[in-house]
Amino acid sequence: MLTVNRYKCCYCGACVGVCPTCALELVETWLEVSADCRECGICTKICPVGALEVKA
Amino acid sequence: MSMMCDVIVVGAGPGGSMAARTAAAAGLKVVMLETRQEIGDPVRCAEGVGKRALCQMVKPEPEWIAAEVKGAKIYSPDGTCIVMSEDKGGAEVGYVLERKVFDRGLAMEAARAGAKVMVKTRALGLLRKDGVPVGVSAMRIGEPLQIEAPLIIGADGVESKVGRWAGIDTTLKLKDIESCAQFLASDPSVDDQYCEFFLGNSIAPAGYVWSFPKGEKLANVGLGIMGTKSKPGEATRLLKQFMKSRFPNGKVLEMVVGGDPCSGPIESATADGVMLVGDAARQTDPFTGGGILTAMQAGIIAGDVAAKALQAGNVRREGLKEYEDRWREEIGVHLARSFEFKEFFVKLTDKDLNQLLGSLKREDMTKMDLRAMLRVLFRLNPKLLWELKHLVV
Repeated sequence: MLTVNRYKCCYCGACVGVCPTCALELVETWLEVSADCRECGICTKICPVGALEVKA
Repeated sequence: MSMMCDVIVVGAGPGGSMAARTAAAAGLKVVMLETRQEIGDPVRCAEGVGKRALCQMVKPEPEWIAAEVKGAKIYSPDGTCIVMSEDKGGAEVGYVLERKVFDRGLAMEAARAGAKVMVKTRALGLLRKDGVPVGVSAMRIGEPLQIEAPLIIGADGVESKVGRWAGIDTTLKLKDIESCAQFLASDPSVDDQYCEFFLGNSIAPAGYVWSFPKGEKLANVGLGIMGTKSKPGEATRLLKQFMKSRFPNGKVLEMVVGGDPCSGPIESATADGVMLVGDAARQTDPFTGGGILTAMQAGIIAGDVAAKALQAGNVRREGLKEYEDRWREEIGVHLARSFEFKEFFVKLTDKDLNQLLGSLKREDMTKMDLRAMLRVLFRLNPKLLWELKHLVV
């Protein structure tokens, strides 16, 4: 499961731009993850602050 | 609630505002949506911009500009410094903007030209009739809103959705985006006169570190690294490391992060009833990461073409061809060239970078523009730069 550490997230939207399934949406300061997420982990790599993690 | 207009602009950054201003000035009924409650904040930008190019498009208000610089200093990994003057080489520098004020100023110009600006209004999807986009469904301060319009300009940034809704795949591969972090820092050793660029694979792999002065020993100190070299939190970790070595007493007043597209020109920035502008169309310079001016240029073209296409009664993709042609000619050619430089640059080792910048030590760079500098670099390092031969001549 993709988890968002909201204490770390700086809501820059870089993750949204790389998501291959369009599963992420930035609502101002709130990053939403939809059911389309395939847990590929690409977004975790690009995150400048390390707010995203795919947890088993 | 529902409303109708001629053009919906999604996103009130510099690209969106210029599109809205141009379209409104041409007499169109324009609605510009901004998902945030405050235009321009939080910033995701190093704020450097070429002076001449900016002034060709707008008359900058003094409060938009945080600092004016003399040029750029480029540091190789071994510390060799090359100085370029603003009027020649520094097309990317000149002014360091205050984006929070600048973005709001441009939105104000759009509003004064007649565009309706709606903040805290998020586009949720395209309205369609017989498969063709006829507007946008949105959420305005938590309430649903439907806006009907034959034409939609997507200026919705790196996280662009408008393009993907319209069937344009703008998903960025990790090699086509830089992961960036920046501190607004106050430090006595900030160079107030020059934008500084620091190269090196240990400080910013397949990217660079910048220090853009904002006056009185304040600077945007940041870095970008290629997505393929990134791992969770890496950009911030590297920035802290750089701060420790270069600005150990730096006082951090603001933190900025973001993703900067560096894919080069995308295949298509238009679909039936839709034009993409700025970061949404990946119109950032892949080599420098600069995207303010290109977004503004594209915005102006899109606003202009919007008026023509509506008058001609054809907003299908073929009716928007003029936008596609003009942005490619005015911006795309440069972006493609810049993309090739980037693809080459990211492969260079620190030894290569030292050799290249070291070879310029005895040259007088103050009278050279970027093209002339490349010619000199090629003359002095033909073997290393052989791959770029076709771009130099």
